[in-house]
Amino acid sequence: MPGSDAVMVRTTWREAMRAALREALQGDPRVFLMGEDVGRYGGCYAVSRGLLEEFGPERIRDTPLSESAFVGAGIGAALNGMRPIVEVMTVNFSLLALDQIVNNAATLRHMSGGQFAIPLVIRMATGAGRQLAAQHSHSLEGWYAHVPGLKVLCPATLEDARGMLASALADPNPVILFEHVGLYNVEGMLSSDAGAVPIDRAAVRRAGTQLSLIAYGGMIPRALEAAEKLAAQGIDAEVIDLRVLRPLDTATLVASVRKTHRAVIVDEGWRSGSFAAEVSARLVEEAFYDLDAPIARVCSAEVPIPYARHMEIAALPQVETIVRAAREVVGTHA
Amino acid sequence: MTAAPSLDDDLARLRGMLRIRRFEERAAELYGAGKIRGFLHLCVGEEAVAVGVMRALTEVDAVVSTYREHGHALARGVPPDRIMAEMFGRAEGCCRGRGGSMHLFDASHRFYGGNAIVAGGLPLATGLALADKMLGRRAVTACLFGDGAVAEGEFHECMNLAALWRLPVLFLCENNLYAMGTALALTESQVDLCAKARSYDMPADRVDGMDVTAVERAALAAVATVRAGEGPRFLELATYRFRAHSMFDAELYREKREVERWKLRDPIAALSTLMKLGGVLDDAGLSALESEVAAELDAAVAFAEAGTLEPVDELTRDVYATEASDAR
Repeated sequence: MPGSDAVMVRTTWREAMRAALREALQGDPRVFLMGEDVGRYGGCYAVSRGLLEEFGPERIRDTPLSESAFVGAGIGAALNGMRPIVEVMTVNFSLLALDQIVNNAATLRHMSGGQFAIPLVIRMATGAGRQLAAQHSHSLEGWYAHVPGLKVLCPATLEDARGMLASALADPNPVILFEHVGLYNVEGMLSSDAGAVPIDRAAVRRAGTQLSLIAYGGMIPRALEAAEKLAAQGIDAEVIDLRVLRPLDTATLVASVRKTHRAVIVDEGWRSGSFAAEVSARLVEEAFYDLDAPIARVCSAEVPIPYARHMEIAALPQVETIVRAAREVVGTHA
Repeated sequence: MTAAPSLDDDLARLRGMLRIRRFEERAAELYGAGKIRGFLHLCVGEEAVAVGVMRALTEVDAVVSTYREHGHALARGVPPDRIMAEMFGRAEGCCRGRGGSMHLFDASHRFYGGNAIVAGGLPLATGLALADKMLGRRAVTACLFGDGAVAEGEFHECMNLAALWRLPVLFLCENNLYAMGTALALTESQVDLCAKARSYDMPADRVDGMDVTAVERAALAAVATVRAGEGPRFLELATYRFRAHSMFDAELYREKREVERWKLRDPIAALSTLMKLGGVLDDAGLSALESEVAAELDAAVAFAEAGTLEPVDELTRDVYATEASDAR
């Protein structure tokens, strides 16, 4: 809710992210942004456009195409008094920096007996849906969420796009912030005083009684649309936005399922070993006796994501597939 | 800073190398006795690099090292008792027993590991130096790695990035001729390692890594230019590991004759002989030094033996920092 002087402003998800970056850079001289094409190009997805002009090349640093070096440099700089925001253009390229993220960022504090902290934020675009084919369409948030020592954030709403970065920067740990490419152009109203948001809990995006649709990031708009379609068919679905994959707020999930007794988990990752599998396991462990039906998962088909539009659509979770899964779970087969 | 070598300096160099040699020998014994477990990589033969380099640094500087880092840590000033306790897996160890031999860290000495992924420390060092530069500090980050690291992409990425941004890093390649058990010539199309650094427009020199004074002199000169803001430098330190790669190495890949030939260049024997010839050290003096080193080591082992085990209920402590003030 806006404060007394605040007004609602029309904005895009991309602009909300940019406002968060600008605020962070203005508020703390230790904060800087580095990554491929973040400066002169304005960011691959135009998130950092204009920041080079405003903050200069020392704080908006274009890097060589050396993911391991600049992600690792972010870790080193974080160890040594700075508050780096490292942009890896997409999650696909982050595979070239896995060594630094998994072997260094995630381990150094524990392995050193608590001597160091790594206040680092790594931003990266994720997800499919733009006909970019198999090497530019990964959704690997679940991989990162597997690793203790990391925190994994997946903003879906404008409020979270605007507010998660500040919270991530205030956190003394390495935080990965996934920005789904399908969200950047989403438009909506955001309070002019929107700011930091909690990064330790899930959120109920739509209250419902008969079914819990559990999703995160780019799947949230689809889950909400599916919930509207289900409502029109007389099925009242609750939509849970995980928001944070690690640490996972199991309590909110369990509370929802205790109420609805049914769950469909929507995850753009592949089903095998997916984050949806983890969510499902937690519900089985903690809410088994509250379930009235088997948990269902709507995930991507187990194929490298293809280019052709119709094939890409067939590979990814769609509103229709979510609706179908939900109807099966509540026992109203079409 | 480059005063003419004095007797005190030579004694300090000799003492520094002897501490490392005897520490490593004792570690091998303790490994055999089952007191130390996991992987153990000894640096016997390479002591001149550790001592020469660390003597060229000041306390404001940072050090990033590899999994063969006991010597670097000792020469940097990390207390031997804390190191030994770490290798015993004790809570009194420099990392509470969580890192072991390959992961010695000591924030108070700006010693950033103990990194066991080959070349994985280079990005870290590059970032430490980036922060120092952005914050206007006149600190140097000394980054040690072996010849095996030059085959890794992270090496080349960091050479480029550090040179491009003129970061205050001193890259120190300990070339002991073998990446584990594979000779440099079998893995590198270009075995002139300095040529690799120069291709990134980074000044590079090859130094006799068996001569502690030569190492120190080269390191001092390099540190001075790096500290002056002239950008990163690269030193190749030609050295040799007298013992096996780890405790599980039959040394099938090199000739005994080669090892014996290198042992003739033992950096400790070389310096003590030179000092004796110069009339500044005699057998009694050397024996006194040995006793001093042995006493320190005995105390370190006793400290480790008396150490306690971290309570299991602290297993998940420090996976995450909990306070904003945990970060520097």
